[in-house]
Amino acid sequence: MKFAITITLKKDVLDPQGKVVKQTLQGMGMNSLQNVRQGKYFEIEINEKDEFKANNIVKEMCDKLLANLIIEDYKINKI
Amino acid sequence: MNSSVIVFPGSNCDRDVADALTKLQFKNKMVWHKDSELPKSDLIVIPGGFSYGDYLRSGAIAAKSNILKEIIKAANSGCPVLGICNGFQILIETGLLKGALLRNKNLKFISKDVYLKVLGNENKFCKNFKKGKVIKLNIAHNEGNFFTNSDHLKELEDKDLIPFKYCDKNGTINESSNPNGSLNNIAGILNEKKNILGMMPHPERMIDNLISNTDGVELFSSILN
Repeated sequence: MKFAITITLKKDVLDPQGKVVKQTLQGMGMNSLQNVRQGKYFEIEINEKDEFKANNIVKEMCDKLLANLIIEDYKINKI
Repeated sequence: MNSSVIVFPGSNCDRDVADALTKLQFKNKMVWHKDSELPKSDLIVIPGGFSYGDYLRSGAIAAKSNILKEIIKAANSGCPVLGICNGFQILIETGLLKGALLRNKNLKFISKDVYLKVLGNENKFCKNFKKGKVIKLNIAHNEGNFFTNSDHLKELEDKDLIPFKYCDKNGTINESSNPNGSLNNIAGILNEKKNILGMMPHPERMIDNLISNTDGVELFSSILN
């Protein structure tokens, strides 16, 4: 079973990389651009047939290693 | 006193720390990160440098290494643990210290001498410093921008768990004396029991007038007493 995990910085955490990307895109003439936040993306395959169990394993991976919950949020989607 | 300095393949301040400790009469041992036993230690130091390419987040992978399991046990039973620079990042990732160290606000690797104000000396790492003293130490990092949630920040401020803040040479703590964007100019924090200190500046680089100054000596001598 395969999952896509997106990790993003929480709203109130400063994202200097996103800010530079935003400024650059604006400099390229992308005038309708409102905001950019940079994050991380993982694809994880789990050897487990039960979706609920597999989802819990991925959640544990996020909580224990992939994300720092003080600064980051994560979303898990089955793909 | 016995000290242990933990070595990762990318550690590059390990020997500086060992020199500082030996100079102050610690009996020091270097401990490889894959070891699963920790020598009897009165102080454990996780030095600066790099670990596991600092993939994912700085210190995140190192925090799961063999020796860190032993360090967590020792720290929880009260052994003093000092994490400098990458060591601070690793301590944060183990959960022994709370918060996060983000990319520097200006997105640049900063290597320079900075001034720090010693705010609290009622802990085993700072008791030889005079409270309010301004010291000069070196910083060299890319991810030193300390961040935490408002509850933790309040706890840090209220319980005297911030021994060092970035300041100017007169001791003024403000935005222009903040090199990396750290919340409230925080340069180092303690855990609630005050036996674990994580700091971005390098006290081990300031132990000899021949190459710098001696502002870091009091930190190591505090632990000795």
